[in-house]
Amino acid sequence: MSELWRILTLQAGYNTSVVVLGTTVLGAAAGLAGALALLRKRVLISDSLAHATLPGLAGAFMIAAALGADPKSLPVLLAGATVTGVLGVLSVQWLSRYSRLSEDAALAVVLSVYFGVGVVLLSIVQRLSVGGQAGLSRFIFGQTAAMSAGDVWLMGGVAIGAVLIVALLFKELRLVCFDRGFGRAQGWPIGGLDVLLLALITLVTVAGLQAVGLILVVALIVTPGAAARFWTDRLGALLVLSAMLGAVSGYLGSAASAVWPKAPAGAVIVLAASAIFVVSLVIAPRRGLLARTAALLSQRVRIQREHTLRSLYEWHEAAAPGAVRRDAVIPAGAAIRAGSAWSRRLAMRGLAWRGLVCAAPGGWMLTEEGWAEAERTTRIHRLWEAYLIRVGGHDPLHADDPADLIEHALDPAIVAELERTVAGERAMPRSPHEMRGEGGRA
Amino acid sequence: MILAQMPSLLLSVDVPAVLAAVLSACVCALLGNFLLLRKMAMLGDAISHAILPGIVISFLLLGTRSTPAMLAGAAAAGVLTAVIVEVVRRLGRVEAGAAIGVVFSAMFALGVVLMERAARNVDLDADCVLYGALESIRWGAATSWASLGSAETWLAMPRQVTTLLVLGLVSAAAVVVFFKHLRLACFDSAMADALGFPSWIIHTGLTVLVAAATVASFEAVGSILVVSMLVCPPAAARHLTDRLSRQVVLSVIIAGVCAVSGYVLAIVGPEWVGFGHSLQAAGMIAVMGGVVLLACIVCGPRHGLIARRIRQRQLARTVAREDLLGALWRIEEGRAGEPAARPPVGAAGRSARREAIRAGEIESTVGGVRLTALGRERAREIIRAHRQWETYLVDELGHRPDHVHRTAEALEHVRTPGGERLAPDQPRSRDPHDREIP
Repeated sequence: MSELWRILTLQAGYNTSVVVLGTTVLGAAAGLAGALALLRKRVLISDSLAHATLPGLAGAFMIAAALGADPKSLPVLLAGATVTGVLGVLSVQWLSRYSRLSEDAALAVVLSVYFGVGVVLLSIVQRLSVGGQAGLSRFIFGQTAAMSAGDVWLMGGVAIGAVLIVALLFKELRLVCFDRGFGRAQGWPIGGLDVLLLALITLVTVAGLQAVGLILVVALIVTPGAAARFWTDRLGALLVLSAMLGAVSGYLGSAASAVWPKAPAGAVIVLAASAIFVVSLVIAPRRGLLARTAALLSQRVRIQREHTLRSLYEWHEAAAPGAVRRDAVIPAGAAIRAGSAWSRRLAMRGLAWRGLVCAAPGGWMLTEEGWAEAERTTRIHRLWEAYLIRVGGHDPLHADDPADLIEHALDPAIVAELERTVAGERAMPRSPHEMRGEGGRA
Repeated sequence: MILAQMPSLLLSVDVPAVLAAVLSACVCALLGNFLLLRKMAMLGDAISHAILPGIVISFLLLGTRSTPAMLAGAAAAGVLTAVIVEVVRRLGRVEAGAAIGVVFSAMFALGVVLMERAARNVDLDADCVLYGALESIRWGAATSWASLGSAETWLAMPRQVTTLLVLGLVSAAAVVVFFKHLRLACFDSAMADALGFPSWIIHTGLTVLVAAATVASFEAVGSILVVSMLVCPPAAARHLTDRLSRQVVLSVIIAGVCAVSGYVLAIVGPEWVGFGHSLQAAGMIAVMGGVVLLACIVCGPRHGLIARRIRQRQLARTVAREDLLGALWRIEEGRAGEPAARPPVGAAGRSARREAIRAGEIESTVGGVRLTALGRERAREIIRAHRQWETYLVDELGHRPDHVHRTAEALEHVRTPGGERLAPDQPRSRDPHDREIP
């Protein structure tokens, strides 16, 4: 534990600190670019791009070896990676424009074919009589341990560049992400901005190659952005949060892999990011699974309550036609609602808990509040039925069920408009159809 | 491993390798057709990566490298991936591409980490999952041509090949039996649901088969070849035909061709250029998939780039010639009795003029050209269509009279598939610019 703490606080020696810092900065840059890519629905392009860097890496190695330069030099390898990565992106665009392939098929084609070329080139490199071939495999699965201070500077440079670009062109990038048509009509160079966004993704992907490896680098781009998206609806907050989550995954992942040196750092970083994603998916307010489920449940309960209240009102109407008495006692066994006796009792208990009904000798009685609520829901239901019949041309017998579905979602403004359209007066409209079942609803 | 030098080597090394490559390529291509139609190509990619934890976990649990156990574990992981992607996409409302990216990278990372834990006692490694080990498949029993005569030799077929063979037969049977349902679910899933063939069952069945194909292939050819063969042959076949049944058959043939040619190029090709070592065969097959796809995109009979370019050229020439005839008509109409007109300008105009002369529609005169009787008849047809369109646009669609010329200029060239010129019949005899409709 103390070892982990020393790593996290950058006291575990120069090399470890360099690695932790580097991956943190890389995570931030990737999160930033990824959030924009996510909104532009372009995240998987980074997967194809990353796979397409393999032939570039192997090719650069071979060319450097043939020219007598140092084939292990990082700038040379990354230059090669960038060249074929960009070629891969261009191929995706060419395929989706000129062939009959959809974009996802184009992505899969480029990914597999470029990677295949890379694998073939690697098998040539393996037979060359120069040293250092083993170094290439670190780009496939990533190897943070091999990172030097120079690599950290490279990543830092990329991160600062990404932040600067996004800060300077925030408005324009927002336009590209949300409304391209509008942007084009306003005269913005949308195509150019798209290229800029792709360049940003390329830069981050290539910079992340040796830390995370080309198979998993897509996770650095996608996962923080997708996780951040659960927490906010605002672009500025999304970008900041995504960069922060990316930085945290890089920081925690590289620290964990420093404690446990056999673990492949790239995979650990990706797992850290995935854990953050899962947590966000589950607990985020409003968009998270828990929040959504809770909202759905409470809506169901409300709908059931409103249906029960309406059947109570209809029971009153049927019990005393023409002279409805609010204080009439509803007998405990009255068939006021579809469903079993058990579910009826549960529904009444729910109403009692909310103070809408109260116990009375031999049964239940609507309270003042309950009566108002019952009247309101019945009224909305019948207004909508009347609207469906008069304006929508529904048969009176077929208006009940559709009204059941929509009545819970009508806000007061719409109710007022319904009154103007179909009722004319504020009184309770008569039900357009016979009540189904005895005093209750089927 | 030089083909045909020694029969024993050919039979025990090259034949099983080629068989494994061809079988896995054909199975993947067969299933890939439907993935492509359902726009699930990247899901195939995701599944082929995400089976890694399934393989490792089933190994850790059962402690064996037996094929059925790994098949089961990986198929479970594949289906689980598809399910999680759906959950994240629907319940989390994450965009489809992002959901795929998040899920498969997490699964693959999990697999890599687990594998590192398990590596102490296993000879599984991630490289093998990616590239496979086609060259290491051995058919030890096949020592000579004569040995092929005995049943034992065939029973001692390498495990990878038999697995692929069984899976290939199962997939082929499934596709043949459920072809109608697959087609329906791919083209119109709502209708499939409405007719009582729930598309989710077909979807799940497809996912299970893809996962199984990936697993059966990974040991022999690696996941990268699986992705390539899932997409490239079906995509190539898609440029050759418009019928699904033909596309499926063609894609399987293409996959077989890719597998054989890729293997031969990787093993024998280097000899030709004087490089003494063979290349990675799975990678080469993937590359061949790309090459064939590119060839089909460029040279396809109807949808190929060349065919399309030729059609566009022909259309452009027809339009230019018809415009020339129309212009001559308008000139004759404007100054009745004056036969000669200004010759058309520019290269396109000159070639249009040449063609019209060759077709006998116009003839050269002093200082210009003029319509022949045939040309005048054709020009009348064009001008008639043009003015009918203008009338239609103004009367029926409510366009302003000064905004219809351009649209009519394009529509006048439209023909029905039968070759008839398409024009709306108009009761009026004069167009919105008060010119006669001839």
